[in-house]
Amino acid sequence: MNDSLFDFLVLRDLSTRTVVIGSMLLGIGSAAIGCFALLRKRALVGDAVAHSVLPGIAIAFLIVGSKDPLALMVGAVVTGWFSMIAMDYIVRNSRIREDAAIGLALSVFFGLGILLLTHIQHTGAANQSGLDKFLFGQAASLLARDVAVFGSVSLILLLVLIVTFKELKVVSFDPDFTRAIGFPARFLELLLTTLLVVAVVAGIQAVGVVLMAAMLITPAAAARYWTERLGVMILLASLFGILSGYVGAFISYLEPHMPTGPWIVVVASFIFFVSLLSAPKRGVIAQLLRRRKNVRVTLEENILKTMHRMGEADREMQDPRSISEIQNYRSIPAAVLQRGLLRLASEGYVTSQPNKKWSLTTQGVVEGARITRLHRLWEVYLTEYVRIAPDHVHDDAESIEHVLTPELEVELQRLLQRPAIDPHQQTIPYR
Amino acid sequence: MDAAFWIILTGTLAGASCALVGSFLVLRKMSMLGDAISHAVLPGIVIAFLMTGSRSSIPMLLGAALFGLLTAFIVETLHRKGKLQQDASIGVTFTWLFAIGVILISRYTGMVDLDQDCVLYGEIAYVTLDTVAVWGVQVPSAILTLGGLFIVNLLFVGVSFKELKITAFDPSLALSLGISATLWHYVLMGMVSMTTVATFWSVGAILVVAMLIAPGATAWLLTDRLRSMLLYSLLLSLASAIGGYYLAVALDGSIAGAMAVVSGILFALALFFSPTHGILVRRIRLRRVVEREAKIKGGDAALQS
Repeated sequence: MNDSLFDFLVLRDLSTRTVVIGSMLLGIGSAAIGCFALLRKRALVGDAVAHSVLPGIAIAFLIVGSKDPLALMVGAVVTGWFSMIAMDYIVRNSRIREDAAIGLALSVFFGLGILLLTHIQHTGAANQSGLDKFLFGQAASLLARDVAVFGSVSLILLLVLIVTFKELKVVSFDPDFTRAIGFPARFLELLLTTLLVVAVVAGIQAVGVVLMAAMLITPAAAARYWTERLGVMILLASLFGILSGYVGAFISYLEPHMPTGPWIVVVASFIFFVSLLSAPKRGVIAQLLRRRKNVRVTLEENILKTMHRMGEADREMQDPRSISEIQNYRSIPAAVLQRGLLRLASEGYVTSQPNKKWSLTTQGVVEGARITRLHRLWEVYLTEYVRIAPDHVHDDAESIEHVLTPELEVELQRLLQRPAIDPHQQTIPYR
Repeated sequence: MDAAFWIILTGTLAGASCALVGSFLVLRKMSMLGDAISHAVLPGIVIAFLMTGSRSSIPMLLGAALFGLLTAFIVETLHRKGKLQQDASIGVTFTWLFAIGVILISRYTGMVDLDQDCVLYGEIAYVTLDTVAVWGVQVPSAILTLGGLFIVNLLFVGVSFKELKITAFDPSLALSLGISATLWHYVLMGMVSMTTVATFWSVGAILVVAMLIAPGATAWLLTDRLRSMLLYSLLLSLASAIGGYYLAVALDGSIAGAMAVVSGILFALALFFSPTHGILVRRIRLRRVVEREAKIKGGDAALQS
């Protein structure tokens, strides 16, 4: 077991090396071009193209009479292209919308492919066996020759992507702008379409027609969670594509009868789910933590503001207050309030006093005054600049006070010329 | 009765059942969700098959339908909570589940009477091999399953016609009438899943998609009335089944594949030649308008001179 693992890792065996390098190479191109498809909201178009190459492969075989990879590839590209044009034509010239057009192209072309493929099988043409490998991929039975052909296709694809990167980027994000600055937008869109078809044709060698969509979409979708930059996204997606190819090939190597293609897809999906959960900014966990933190900060600031307001009322800022006294001013559930006070104490804004009371520290008074000041400045701003009635400004200020930055505060003070009182005739506490 | 009759009847019942629920997918712009579900029920089918050991049992239908609902739910959750765009969310979900299904099939290849080819294009040609006697007539058991499914779908659409119609055309009106769009979304997805699973054996995963989308989309090019659209979609399924059978016989190829091709040809015909929404008719209408405009302008010019 350990020996075989080591053999695999260093790719000692020639056929293993072919399969692994093949799977990796085939994954790169589709992952990279998938980023563009994803950004242009055309991810499922790639799925339809993947299904549509099947009749092309069958027709090419019928014409040439052998499984010459180049001939099959040309056939595949032709029908893949044709289906894209058909989808476009249907959407532009009828009431049928994109989703139905994609579904139609996908299933009808695929049906034609199946019909021709079964026709070829039933007529018993010589050396036809293996054509159906296109359905589920043939990574495990890749020949060195296939790897050479399809691998170089992947490399050419990457080269074109690198050379025309800037133009493709512009046309993906803003086609109108591209036209306005005089780039040939139509040509660039066509180029992207062609690259997509070529990537699909190369990629189905690894995972087959049905799962090809995953090679385009999943690495790109995973990469999207980690970055906001297209260049980085493409690099990451390619990396995920390579990794899925490597690990997928490894798993199917460990156990006989295990198909490589589906394992590549499962590994890619695993990478996707890990990214979905744990990416630093856009990930679900990060989002959850951020929301939690917002809730916590809002609670703490509200408590400080309330205690500051109690201090204003009896002119004793640092008097001890009990939970129920605070609740008289602002209705916060006792347990939540208790938790907030404990946390504020650990941060040095309040201190606990005898008889279960709490008082503001000097630092707490300053912070409470800051929140109160922001609240009231915003109320002044809304009444004077936005011309909202004074009795309608409180709720808005209640939420904005937690968000305003020190820079904005300076700006507000300058704009409003340090007003002394807010619309409710309350003094604004300055430092 | 001969095999041709039973095969065409099987194809028609499968196609008609798909077309009934599929028409609503087309109207709701959710065709690709139907596509996703038809792929993603595969692991459900394999797991249910491993547990019950039979193909047409009720637990299997329900188990796989649950997987379909799960798919709809995952797609929605990735989109909402994961902030992933809708098309990518569909693509990631169904490929992942389908891959797991294929892996399960390979893993238990001896125990599951199911191979990869069957997953893709079904076994409609063999329906006559498995028959049961009904009133002295040998009827393929697939006919009973699909006939039952067709009746259930017909009843479903009949009973909830109003709700399906309103949620499809005017979700905000539905909301103001107290009809929950979310509830009906999942009800429809549940029906799509069940239909997919039940028709899966005869036409395979991808060709379920053809029958879900093509008849509905074609019918929508022929009429503006929902009732007529549903009726046309049923007739189109029948035509696809008949045409598909004879095309397959002529080419000696897959019947299900040929059915999809014929449904595509019917769509293309409607796209160009539909008397109401065809491209040709619209061209002619446009030209008439242009000519009339020109005539009016010419008249104006004559008056002025």
